[in-house]
Amino acid sequence: MIRTTNLTKDYGARRAIENLTFEAKQGEVVGFLGPNGAGKTTTMRILAGYMPPTFGSAQIAGFDVVEESIEVRRRVGYLPETVPLYSDMTVFDYLKFMADLRHLPNADEMVDNALEMVQMEQRADGYISNLSKGMRQRVGLAQALLHKPEVLILDEPTIGLDPAQVVEVRGIIREIGKERTVLLSTHILSEAQQLCDRVLIINKGRIVAEDTPENLQARLVGAERSILRIKGDAEELMPIISKIIGVQDAKIRPDGAVEFQFAPGVDVRPEVAKTVINSGFDLLELSPVGLSLEEIFLELTRDDAPTK
Amino acid sequence: MRNVWTIARREIRLYFASPIAYIIGLLIFLISGIYFVLSIYLAGQAAFTTGSTTAPGPDLVIGLMVFLFLFAVPALSMRLMAEEHRNGTLELLLTAPIHEWELIVGKWLGSFLFVFLIIVVSFIYPIVLNGLVTPGIDQGLMMANYLAITLVAAAFLAIGTAISSFFNNQFAAFFATLAVLFFLWVVIGWPAVVMQGSGGIFNYLSMSTHFSSMQAGTVALSDIVYYLSLTGLGLFLGTVAVEIRRWK
Repeated sequence: MIRTTNLTKDYGARRAIENLTFEAKQGEVVGFLGPNGAGKTTTMRILAGYMPPTFGSAQIAGFDVVEESIEVRRRVGYLPETVPLYSDMTVFDYLKFMADLRHLPNADEMVDNALEMVQMEQRADGYISNLSKGMRQRVGLAQALLHKPEVLILDEPTIGLDPAQVVEVRGIIREIGKERTVLLSTHILSEAQQLCDRVLIINKGRIVAEDTPENLQARLVGAERSILRIKGDAEELMPIISKIIGVQDAKIRPDGAVEFQFAPGVDVRPEVAKTVINSGFDLLELSPVGLSLEEIFLELTRDDAPTK
Repeated sequence: MRNVWTIARREIRLYFASPIAYIIGLLIFLISGIYFVLSIYLAGQAAFTTGSTTAPGPDLVIGLMVFLFLFAVPALSMRLMAEEHRNGTLELLLTAPIHEWELIVGKWLGSFLFVFLIIVVSFIYPIVLNGLVTPGIDQGLMMANYLAITLVAAAFLAIGTAISSFFNNQFAAFFATLAVLFFLWVVIGWPAVVMQGSGGIFNYLSMSTHFSSMQAGTVALSDIVYYLSLTGLGLFLGTVAVEIRRWK
């Protein structure tokens, strides 16, 4: 549905994105993750047909974003980071205006459907200037959903919303993502973890990692880590644990638990459990710890981080 | 064309909801109304005291109205595109499946229809005048004057729309439009005055020269072509400005 090849954009002498190549399929929610200024918005603007790339190409549903821009724009629903609304219009009139520009048949019905999807039917006749930030965001989302687009591009869709609204908007995205292609940018890592089938991590205009949130964690950890908690003093356990073959880098954490690593594929946990119990300690917990997406993100977007 | 009309309709609605548009309309009719009444009063006085038989013609208010448009048009056109850019709604329009020219022509058409309404309402002056003078006003001259003011308004607004597309700040767009209109109306004709016989090209470029000849009742095809070309050029430059924004 979305396919980019060596997508590059320069703003004067500054290169905003460089050689971005990725794909997103139908029914896939792809998260675009990166620090501010990484090139997320630039990429999304190119895909939405707002501006052309300097080099490279991008296709949406098989149409080129430059050569067949109008066809692309017909198929994309786009919510920019700053929600573009006419505050002098009512919610209904605004959506009707957009529906007219898109030549939608049964425009009124389509507007009603979009309003229902974002649960704003009650505010249809209210002026946009009187809406809260969260409601404006929902109107923006309704605008992007209006024409039932094949591809939905959402730039920071939950930014500035209160926690309840964030949950609602995420629910809407998850629902839409079942059938259509969604590309969303965020810098909230838990959001990417919850919503996305796949994550692209972008830093300084380049893709530095691309995988499912789970695989990214596994790939980056390199070794598996576990924690062990016993009743009593962990210090006494340390010499015993360290002697077990395969256990590496055992240390006591500030919360009193023992953390250790072992090479992937050489699971030492059964041996550790046996040893602890045979040594007369009461085992309370033995569980794996993964790198959080936050840690992965920081790891990949470090200045000296290796690229993909 | 459907997109042009969708954009234009929104603009017209916006003018009718905007106090600035009402104030501009009110000022135009207040100033032209006072001028109209005074002119008729003075002509009546002259007829009474000196026996003058020269009655005001149908061009009476048109010249003044065009002069007022020099200021009113920049105020009406300044926000057309600049505001879209400032509010971020340009991103919405440029990611909708419409062409740049449809956006520009729609914006222009919306503003033109509003100004055209002012022109239509001003028909009240020749109608009143027609009842006051015998044997009535010269209707051909009246039509030439109304054609002239309509063409001038169309060209002014196209220039205003184009300039608004280049600016993010509507006040900057206002002053730039005012300056360009003043240049095309007044300044560009000066070399023709200085150079006398050899300044024909400057005379041709001056908006006021074409207006004056139409106001006097001579409707030449070249005058119509001139205003339509200027309107087309304005709309073309506006479209180019939007495309430049895309590429920047």
